[in-house]
Amino acid sequence: MDMHAPKKKLGLKEKYQVMTRGLDWEPSYQKKEDIYPYATYEGIKIHDWDKWEDPFRLTMDAYWKYQAEKERKLYAIIDAYAQSNGHLNVTDARYLNTVKLFLTGVSPLEYMAHRGFAHVGRQFPGAGPRVACLMQSLDEIRHAQTQIHALSNYNKHYNGLHEFRHMHDRVWYLSVPKSFFDDAITAGPFEFMIAIGFSFEYVLTNLLFVPFVSGAAYNGDMGTMTFGFSAQSDEARHMTLGLEVIKFILEQDPDNLPIVQRWIDKWTWRGYRVLTLVAMMMDYMLPKRTMSWKEAWEVYFEENGGALFKDLARYGIKIPKCAETIALEKDHLSHQAWGTFYNYGAAAAFHTWVPEKDEMDWLAAKYPDSFDKYYRPRLEYWREQAAQGKRFYNKTLPMLCQTCQIPMLFTEPGDPTKICYREVDYKGGKYHFCSDHCKEIFEHEPEKYVQSWLPVHQIYQGNCFPEGTDPTAEGFDPLAAVLQYYHLEFGRDNLDFEGSEDQKNFETWRGQATKNV
Amino acid sequence: MHIDLRTVSIKPLRQTFDHVARRIGEGKAASRYQEGTLDLQATANFHYRPTWDPAHEIFDVSRTALRMADWYAFKDPRQFYYGTYTITRGRQQETAEANFDFVDTRGLADMLEPELRTAATRLLVPLRHVAWGANMNNAAICAYAYGTAITQPCIYHAMDQLGIAQYLTRAGLLLGDLDALDEGRRAWLEDEAWQGLRRYVEDSFVVQDPIELYVAQNVALDGLLYPLVYLTTVDDVFASRGGSAVALLTSFMSEWFQETRKWVDATLKTAAGESADNKALLEHWSTHWRDRAASALRPVARIGLGEAADEMLADALGQFNARLAKAGLTV
Ligand SMILES: [Fe+2]
Ligand SMILES: [Fe+2]
Repeated sequence: MDMHAPKKKLGLKEKYQVMTRGLDWEPSYQKKEDIYPYATYEGIKIHDWDKWEDPFRLTMDAYWKYQAEKERKLYAIIDAYAQSNGHLNVTDARYLNTVKLFLTGVSPLEYMAHRGFAHVGRQFPGAGPRVACLMQSLDEIRHAQTQIHALSNYNKHYNGLHEFRHMHDRVWYLSVPKSFFDDAITAGPFEFMIAIGFSFEYVLTNLLFVPFVSGAAYNGDMGTMTFGFSAQSDEARHMTLGLEVIKFILEQDPDNLPIVQRWIDKWTWRGYRVLTLVAMMMDYMLPKRTMSWKEAWEVYFEENGGALFKDLARYGIKIPKCAETIALEKDHLSHQAWGTFYNYGAAAAFHTWVPEKDEMDWLAAKYPDSFDKYYRPRLEYWREQAAQGKRFYNKTLPMLCQTCQIPMLFTEPGDPTKICYREVDYKGGKYHFCSDHCKEIFEHEPEKYVQSWLPVHQIYQGNCFPEGTDPTAEGFDPLAAVLQYYHLEFGRDNLDFEGSEDQKNFETWRGQATKNV
Repeated sequence: MHIDLRTVSIKPLRQTFDHVARRIGEGKAASRYQEGTLDLQATANFHYRPTWDPAHEIFDVSRTALRMADWYAFKDPRQFYYGTYTITRGRQQETAEANFDFVDTRGLADMLEPELRTAATRLLVPLRHVAWGANMNNAAICAYAYGTAITQPCIYHAMDQLGIAQYLTRAGLLLGDLDALDEGRRAWLEDEAWQGLRRYVEDSFVVQDPIELYVAQNVALDGLLYPLVYLTTVDDVFASRGGSAVALLTSFMSEWFQETRKWVDATLKTAAGESADNKALLEHWSTHWRDRAASALRPVARIGLGEAADEMLADALGQFNARLAKAGLTV
């Protein structure tokens, strides 16, 4: 046996480097700018990709090993939950509507994250961030699929989930999350990372996933709870990636600061507007509540986010200016959103209802400055009307914000009695906005936001009817045609919870399962 | 809250999501592969055009010249969704780990005949850069091709190639040490023998059509490289010369190629079967990239095979052509 000199020992960091960026090389047969064509047009200056600190060190063999273990456990629980009709364990059938909102609104975004991270994971000229982004791309298809698989059994038994993919691309309120992600993925690779990696995964993730997952846990939904918890260790990696990206960019060149600051301002607001749906879910849709939207905002943004921005102050980053507006809205957001959905309950793929008396008392306790004064009276009025057989459904179409695509339902900052409208004239067209922030986002990139596929405009233009529809035919019912285009089954997916098929089935099935026959 | 539920049988309202049912037939139970794949990608009402590619929609069939009436005609014969993918690879990495451990603890690298050890090091270490290129290319196909049926396996393939690059790095460290990696990189960048292959890989980085890239990387280059290097050079020639230890270090790659080629073949067959135009296009791409790959691999093959390289390459080409013929392509 020949004797070799003792091998050089590699430290962990060095070892990970030879396993990742050590694989890369300076090309000479093709120009770097042709291989990475999207790296410079946003104006971000990177001088040395080697300064990138790997946010985690996971080689593929270790990744396969850990993730395989997690998948085995997760699917065992999903299977057991389905086999034992675990869905009958949820607090009450109203809870199921949060699951519908999640599958139609959020899971398709997980898929978009998968493709988006594959794109940026190909395009960054630095090998370190490429590897981290591709690993996230792989995680994100996991999230999309585990959510679909865990919620598949709900779809077998309840309405509103059966066309989640089709609806996501068409239904009016789902254009809010869809346009959010379309906006991010069509931005440059650096903006995508600030939008999704930093603003969404790092700053706002606790306001999206924690409410859903803890809401699921509180309401007996083991399926949702399990995929939520199983995704947590992935999320931890994604958060460190988001933070490393922003630090890296800011350390590379002082000229990057104003660009990054504008992106943080924009994406905090864009993300927050999407969270409107979460706010109403927390305050109105969970039969057993965890915390109010307002409390969640205070804990996860004002406290935790505040600490984060203090930490970033050394780079010159300031807390996004929209935080002030959001603070003024926090007493109103969920109530105004639920009121809107209650009104448009005929065109939504989940059920709406008026909260019970004890639920209103909870809301009054959580929102002492706003609920009894502005929102309880109209909820009680709606309840009376419904009791008289006059459940109100608004059949008109709302005006949507050109940027966030939410109906004009928000009030002036500081004046909850007056709807907030802003408008901009651009190249002969008039564009409407829900807020100063959405207006500013438009003004900075009008050529992008004039493209918005606004569901209401599209309906008026006749683009949201099933193929072959003749809108001039006698007795044409536009709402019915739009719902057909959505694949939304009238009387099953929509309308009030009271009297719904979900309500009846759940009651019957739970009765069978809990009573001796 | 937890209530004790009696087991009751409930008649479900539906078996699966409607978009899945439209494809597999009403009233049929869907597999997890189907629910996690079919129609998962957005196809309609995109809000904005990519600022980085305004000529296309976010997902756009016109990024490739290949035409499919339905991009979900593609099927992965392995039926991989994330769960089955990671569980399969999790098992394979256990074997690979045991192999590396076996070679390492018994000092098998030191028992190799020096000439063979040098040849193996010189051949395998620069290939970590080739696998890295394959990782990038499959990330690109995943990002820019159309429909989850074909893009999903590409992210798995991309990460597999990263794993392979990492196994090759470990093999390099075991057969040599850090210097072996540096020497491999130097050879990759400078030695005449590797320049054809490096040019091939760098040229593939600027291929814009994701399906052409699929052909260049997954069909042509890997279709020749894996049989030639892993199946022939390492598993046959090296092993017969007392180099089974090397084969232990690359057994993941041999097994991986046998598995993934089934998916690649199925993809080609589906695409070629769609139309005469597709068939002609794929034949054109396959021939072009096959010929380039063959001449790039010739000097590389000599590192392990010496004079026998030409004959072995001819064999590999023959097998490659036969394989494509089975998929419906005349090349
Ligand atoms: Fe995710
Ligand atoms: Fe807005």
